[in-house]
Amino acid sequence: MEAMLEPVAQFFGPTWPLVWTLVKIVAIIAPLMICVAYLTLAERKVIGYMQVRIGPNRVGPLGLLQPIADGMKLLFKEIIVPSGASKGLFILGPILAIAPSLVAWAVVPFDEGLVLANVNAGLLFLLAVTSMEVYGVIVAGWASNSKYPFLGSMRAAAQMVSYEVSMGFALICVLLISASLNLTDIVLSQGSGRFHDMGLSFLSWNWLPLLPMFVVFVISGIAETNRAPFDVVEGEAEVVAGHMVEYSGMSFALFFLAEYANMILVSILTSVLFLGGWLSPVGFLPDGFHWLALKTAAILFIFLWARATFPRFRYDHIMRLGWKVFIPVTLVWVIVVAVWMMSPLSIWR
Amino acid sequence: MLESYFPVLVFILVGLGFGIVPILLGRLVAPWRPDSEKLSPYECGFEAFEDARMKFDVRYYLIAILFILFDLEIAFLFPWATVFQDFIAAGEHAWFVFGAVMVFLAVLVIGYIVEWKNGALDWE
Repeated sequence: MEAMLEPVAQFFGPTWPLVWTLVKIVAIIAPLMICVAYLTLAERKVIGYMQVRIGPNRVGPLGLLQPIADGMKLLFKEIIVPSGASKGLFILGPILAIAPSLVAWAVVPFDEGLVLANVNAGLLFLLAVTSMEVYGVIVAGWASNSKYPFLGSMRAAAQMVSYEVSMGFALICVLLISASLNLTDIVLSQGSGRFHDMGLSFLSWNWLPLLPMFVVFVISGIAETNRAPFDVVEGEAEVVAGHMVEYSGMSFALFFLAEYANMILVSILTSVLFLGGWLSPVGFLPDGFHWLALKTAAILFIFLWARATFPRFRYDHIMRLGWKVFIPVTLVWVIVVAVWMMSPLSIWR
Repeated sequence: MLESYFPVLVFILVGLGFGIVPILLGRLVAPWRPDSEKLSPYECGFEAFEDARMKFDVRYYLIAILFILFDLEIAFLFPWATVFQDFIAAGEHAWFVFGAVMVFLAVLVIGYIVEWKNGALDWE
């Protein structure tokens, strides 16, 4: 690989590192966008079949060209900037929403050594970047100068910060037992232990000793991405579409892309932190990226399943769940894990 | 060390570009025929009664303050969680390191209980 690229590197000279980084970034974003497109189709199909409908099946074979048709339609729709809106902030909102949901992918490892930036503070970087996502929503809601977006963004801000706390505590638990902020190290630390030696690697992964944290992390992930049943932010019966009411065309499409990219991000993070990333679940099968893809798809299916199954939570119930249930549970579990690690029963020595 | 963050910097620029380009593209390709009705704020067909930036419940503000407290706490726990296993492996100071963090957590838990009792976490 290196030898093959040598003539190309010489052609670009000193700008080669930049060009090569850009190539790698495109190699991440392009498949991601295809995944986002087909996640929207998968969502409509899955929910359709769960409700005994067949979902979109008119555009292309089995409806497979539906996402492309949707994208084209949005591209050719007029971008409306309401007269009462703060123009600059109104344009900035979707950009602030999409940028962090893409940037977070810089540190996500896809396989051993297959990561764009193998930084040693990867988890901290992720916590910082995912916190930025709330700005897009707040800026959009404020700049629209319209009632529904304003109410929607207030709700979104309070909800997202509430669940970020319990997510943070769940990360602390993972951090305690892997003793590294580097995501590759976190995955590799899950590939050892008594069950791993017996060939049942999937019982050595973090999800089993940290089961309450795993559950909290998945539910918080759903709340953090404002997905059903926590989608009061854009609950159409209450605030129409929340912060996105005044957006149209491509600026709406960016919010849409950001939401689905965030769903995939949360799913892949759950796989990396709790489900052993690219590690094979049983001893006799080789590790590889396909395992990570499979686990991510399984978590994504839970997202869709939850949307098809549960009615929307009431807003005060959402806040109560975040502050009065998840925070005590996670706080206690941090202490439990710390004591467990010090006790003779520790499984992480 | 720091050069491993170079791809992240490039990615931030690409991410911002990924936001700007579709909007510009949409502006170029899509029609652009604004009129005053189309640009009015959406309020289910009514004229806007008042400015949308109205008063909001103080609880949102309270939640934001509580979030800062808890998020700071998490930020302080990160370094402890990273090195805790090294202390256990070394043996002697593990209980001291554990106890120090428990005191820190206890202070926060007392504050948390006070908030709960005062109803700061209720949402009615």
